[in-house]
Amino acid sequence: MRIGSGAGFAGDRIEPAVDLAARAELDDLVLECLAERTIALGQQRKLRDSALGYDPRLRARFERLLPAAREHGVRIVTNMGAANPLAAGILTRDLLAELGLRGKIAVVTGDDVLDRLDPRIPALEDGIPLADHGAVVSANAYLGAEALLPALDTGADVVLTGRVADPSLFVAPLAHRLGWELDDLSRIAAGTLVGHLLECAGQVTGGYFADPGVKDVPGLAELGFPFAEVAADGTATIGKLADTGGVVSTATVREQLLYEVTDPTGYRTPDVVLDFRGVRAEQAGADRVRISGAAGRARPEELKASVGYRAGYRAECGISYAGPNAARRAQLAADVVTTRLRGTGLRIRADVLGAFGDSGEPADECRLRVAAMAPDPEAADVVCHEVEALYTNGPAGGGGVRADVREVIGIVSALIPRSDVETRVTVLEVDGAAA
Amino acid sequence: MLLHDIAHCRAGDKGDTSTLSLFPYRDEDFDLLVREVTADRVRAHLADHVVGEVLRYELPNLCALQFTCRQALDGGVTTSLALDTHGKALSSRLLSLDLRRRDG
Repeated sequence: MRIGSGAGFAGDRIEPAVDLAARAELDDLVLECLAERTIALGQQRKLRDSALGYDPRLRARFERLLPAAREHGVRIVTNMGAANPLAAGILTRDLLAELGLRGKIAVVTGDDVLDRLDPRIPALEDGIPLADHGAVVSANAYLGAEALLPALDTGADVVLTGRVADPSLFVAPLAHRLGWELDDLSRIAAGTLVGHLLECAGQVTGGYFADPGVKDVPGLAELGFPFAEVAADGTATIGKLADTGGVVSTATVREQLLYEVTDPTGYRTPDVVLDFRGVRAEQAGADRVRISGAAGRARPEELKASVGYRAGYRAECGISYAGPNAARRAQLAADVVTTRLRGTGLRIRADVLGAFGDSGEPADECRLRVAAMAPDPEAADVVCHEVEALYTNGPAGGGGVRADVREVIGIVSALIPRSDVETRVTVLEVDGAAA
Repeated sequence: MLLHDIAHCRAGDKGDTSTLSLFPYRDEDFDLLVREVTADRVRAHLADHVVGEVLRYELPNLCALQFTCRQALDGGVTTSLALDTHGKALSSRLLSLDLRRRDG
């Protein structure tokens, strides 16, 4: 079967996904749009308006993508439901009707575990109780493929989820179409490897790879997104549409293989613990790389949950200096502003950016950047005010002050027993007449 | 000779941990990387950024070295005060390692 990747993060481009849906003869197209912190931002939006909380680009993406996907019979699987999958499902149903299309949408819920996670348990990162980090605003468990299979069983054309482990978004449709059992460790490991390679979309086709003159990527402006041809035994070939930009090589595949893997001997996902030590990547043609050799151990008993908490307000401000002695003037400004802010007790960082060129000579232009975390907007504004005051109270020739204050939702992790997580599927349908 | 001349690298982030995946352009240079780019040397080279330990995994099947760097991201992407909150630039910083110099 053929499975494509239509987004690798919330801010991804949509054109390559539409192209894949229209021309790549896919069975499934997966759009992965939730980073570690993205769902907490969604929860923030949902707290302000209970009808929001899904991916802000959902409508714009689906307006372009659904007509192509429905025409070519491509199933869409995506976590763009973010903090509010049901609202995303309703929006998608209404959009299908608006576009004059038929379709079935299956919404997976149950990742939101805020009401059942004890805030007194320690965070994995630092052992400090969750609630001691700040007021807890969200808790979302990373669901595995098993939560998606019932949604796929409904015959849905679009599957919308909230927090799901990134590779599981791919493992589920692979297992569903290829008839894999979830306890078949070698196949689920192979599927997880495919998912891990595809989950960042353009990162395996040459996006985030180019280093001019050293690692050149042809047609980067027209970067195509990847797909995988997966055999029943789990071996796979990563490829892209021939007339798109980018490159699929053993080098791009190797970089993506180990991306964000903290232990290559045991990469934990809700479906399997993946071992990379036997994985091979071989060039199998132009822009085609064959992967094999994934091994797996039994999945963890507990699911990881991302917990969002109110971490305070971040001030971020800057001022630029140029011409002779610019770096020393910027450093003086850094010293002045940190001295003036010393009494605030805030965590503050001042960097002079771009002070030196590649060969070590002072640069013609550099910028002082000051960042701080504050408990409230007023304290954050004190930092911005001191940077702005450098105009007439600092070194010569400073200009271009910008200041920004925004609330920060921090993220820590905790483990939750699988038995505490109950998932469910809601089906929404447009039959064409009822629009 | 800079590491950049013979190898490429990608950084990834998980919480306050940065992963740095290092690959030679030519597979035959893998042994050189294994010999020269030790965990201690990476830790010393990135001392301004990496506070915690550095673990190295050798993956000869992929001609890869994987460095797992703890406490490398000023607390992690959400609460970091760095401009590059994900620590993406650490991959290029690692490639500025000068293999001729022994002081790391």
